[in-house]
Amino acid sequence: MKKSDKTGRVAMPEQPPEVRIRNFDEVPLGYDDEQARTEASRCLQCKKPSCRDGCPVQVDIPAFIGLIAEGRVLEAAAKIKEDNCLPAACGRVCPQEIQCEGRCVLAKKGTPVAIGNLERYAAHYASDHAARHGLGPFVTPAPPTGKRVAVVGAGPSGLTVAGDLVRRGHDVTVFEAFHKAGGVLIYGIPEFRLPKRIVQEEVEYLAALGVRFELNHVIGKAISVHELLEKEGFDAVFLGVGAGLPSLMGIPGENLGGVYLANEYLTRVNLMRAYDFPRYDTPIVRGRNVCVIGGGNVAMDAARTARRLDAEQVSIVYRRSVDELPARAEEVHHAQEEGIHFKTLCSPLEYLGDDRGMVKQVRCQIMELGEPDASGRRRPVPVPGKEATLDADLVIIAIGGNANPIVTRQTEGLALNKHDYITIDENGATSVPGIWAGGDIVTGSATVILAMGAGRIAAQDIHRFLCERN
Amino acid sequence: MSTILKKTELASKIWQIEVEAPRIAEKALPGHFVVVMADAFGERVPLTIADFDRQAGTITLVMMVVGASSLKLSRLEEGDEFYALIGPLGHPSEIKPLDRVVMVAGGVGAAPIFPIARAYQQQGTEVVTVQGARSADLLFWTDRLASVSVEHVITTDDGSAGRRGLVTEPLAEQLAADSEKRIGGVYAIGPTPMMKFCAKTTEPFCVPTVVSLNSIMIDGTGMCGGCRVTVAKKTLFTCVDGPEFDGHQVDWDSLMSRQRTYHTQEGFAFGRMLAEPAPLNENILLRQNEEV
Ligand SMILES: Cc1cc2nc3c(=O)[nH]c(=O)nc-3n(C[C@H](O)[C@H](O)[C@H](O)COP(=O)(O)OP(=O)(O)OC[C@H]3O[C@@H](n4cnc5c(N)ncnc54)[C@H](O)[C@@H]3O)c2cc1C
Ligand code: FES
Repeated sequence: MKKSDKTGRVAMPEQPPEVRIRNFDEVPLGYDDEQARTEASRCLQCKKPSCRDGCPVQVDIPAFIGLIAEGRVLEAAAKIKEDNCLPAACGRVCPQEIQCEGRCVLAKKGTPVAIGNLERYAAHYASDHAARHGLGPFVTPAPPTGKRVAVVGAGPSGLTVAGDLVRRGHDVTVFEAFHKAGGVLIYGIPEFRLPKRIVQEEVEYLAALGVRFELNHVIGKAISVHELLEKEGFDAVFLGVGAGLPSLMGIPGENLGGVYLANEYLTRVNLMRAYDFPRYDTPIVRGRNVCVIGGGNVAMDAARTARRLDAEQVSIVYRRSVDELPARAEEVHHAQEEGIHFKTLCSPLEYLGDDRGMVKQVRCQIMELGEPDASGRRRPVPVPGKEATLDADLVIIAIGGNANPIVTRQTEGLALNKHDYITIDENGATSVPGIWAGGDIVTGSATVILAMGAGRIAAQDIHRFLCERN
Repeated sequence: MSTILKKTELASKIWQIEVEAPRIAEKALPGHFVVVMADAFGERVPLTIADFDRQAGTITLVMMVVGASSLKLSRLEEGDEFYALIGPLGHPSEIKPLDRVVMVAGGVGAAPIFPIARAYQQQGTEVVTVQGARSADLLFWTDRLASVSVEHVITTDDGSAGRRGLVTEPLAEQLAADSEKRIGGVYAIGPTPMMKFCAKTTEPFCVPTVVSLNSIMIDGTGMCGGCRVTVAKKTLFTCVDGPEFDGHQVDWDSLMSRQRTYHTQEGFAFGRMLAEPAPLNENILLRQNEEV
């Protein structure tokens, strides 16, 4: 095993690409104790740590890394948990290169401390320890307050609110539409990037603290938000229902067989375990030539999943260039290692089908980069007359989404912005007294850590509200 | 919750299942559907609510065994629980103030059409029902449908009950005989080709025709997009925009090719499950424990 990569960081041991494209096991294998201690000792323990400012929830990074360097790993894990209730997930899925690690003083030399890897290590160490020695340093919830909180949606924002409030003695019920809790962490992000067991453990931990999970409940259908407050006896409601509704481009052929929206493709594979068909009953189309439209994390996940489901050629079709790919750097790197082809500066015009209505080709417009747009990235513009046609028996569209209206439209008085996302104040409160919101349903598709940060802020305000209600 | 209270075989391979589901029953309206899973390994299957009893807190589902998932669901017994039951989903039927309405039910479509027919009858609309099946032994709920209809026509493909032929024939006759234009709407619920041909039949008469689409679904809440259909050249989601649509605007060929997506896998899984010894319940429990 390599001791350190060329940047001086301790390299993360990984499954080799040719092995991992044949399984759904996690790609990084995790640091061992020695690797973690070596990497932790690279931290300069800056007086004014800028890494911490780069963290959306301001985890005390130098402190937890210092503890790992001293071998006090359980304390390191507890230190992270003070600000981040899902370190095992965040260590794996945060875009560290634009957050903590991007701000590390060593980043200037291209060798930032591997903060994400260390976070993951500490979380793993603690859960391993808990598994062997019982649940371990169990947080004892405060005495019951008699106040009841309903959390709608069991994604990272909702789970954070549930955890923060149950610890403060409130009676928390989480309502989740799916048959499993975890939100995108369960149905969206694949097993090879975030093992479902990790999410399951966190959910079980919350349940052990007393959080009630009402799965298979679509709020806005079986029970409305106002009914939660007025009829079901809840004192406060938090809406963490995620972004929902996927987008299409409105081009011909989008509804052909074999054309998936990424949410469906990933949900079939992750939540319904279609990769293990027929042991699981849910089927999936296994394409030989796969085109994935988009360049974010969702597109990388879809492409790498298709690769593991027997595809010979998988192409990411993206309208800008590699430098603009919004996905985490590690995902792009892993995708490249796995032989995913990047067809950049290319945007679909039409999907062509066979006589059975199944997709067989994608006709694309070749693009070039023009002037920077509002996001500061150079805008892709079509090159007149230049087209390309790609063979594809499976297409996965991953171009983002819109707000799901099931809860928002049915909740009278709830202020929404022009894109139908919920408007909140700096404390996470919505326009309706007693209702808070956070995560993707407020910001649009964002990140796990931002959703958790939003949950933490809302939980503080809900706690204040509930105490004042006495 | 989600316990099966009563299970009856209405006709060969057609099961009526009464489920304890107080929260769903309280909000259920004609046209709503639910999503069910038989066990932790199961598919998420959408089923239209065929009836509901708010007082008793129950809903009634009717299901025909056509593949692995419906076979598995049909093997659950009274006292068993669905692994998941979610609803009520979709928009309820819009019960319009009409003089006269024709309800066309094909096969197992007799079940979901019943609460809609009853709602029309209760508001004073004259309901004509045309109920079709392949043969007499596949007919069910004829008395229920007759009880809410001023006229009840039965057709079978082989002539073993009622008229021999397809539902579209009496449908066309009803419209042709309606010189005073009292028929303000037609509902067609059943297999996709049957709904398509009903819509084609009513089109020349310009009578609004509502169909209830059975797209393949996962979540049933608008999140996955798997259930999308083309209606009036626009992409809509069956689960949140439907399941009822204007039959004259549906792109039927696109719907049918999407429904065929998993044809091969489904055939394979069905054969495999048929070969497994029933009852499966013990297996299901074992497999549920095996799953994390
Ligand atoms: C494939 C994919 C990959 C991603 N990769 C990354 C990554 O690498 N790094 C990163 O930081 N972020 C990533 N993200 C984004 C991140 O997952 C989200 O920003 C985050 O999960 C949002 O959390 P949330 O709590 O707002 O909502 P969600 O995680 O979306 O959870 C919302 C939950 O609410 C439930 N729900 C919805 N409506 C209702 C209702 N009416 N009643 C009851 N329950 C309801 C849903 O079923 C869901 O479980 C990725 C997203 C996807 C889809
Ligand atoms: S079933 Fe997923 S969007 Fe309709």
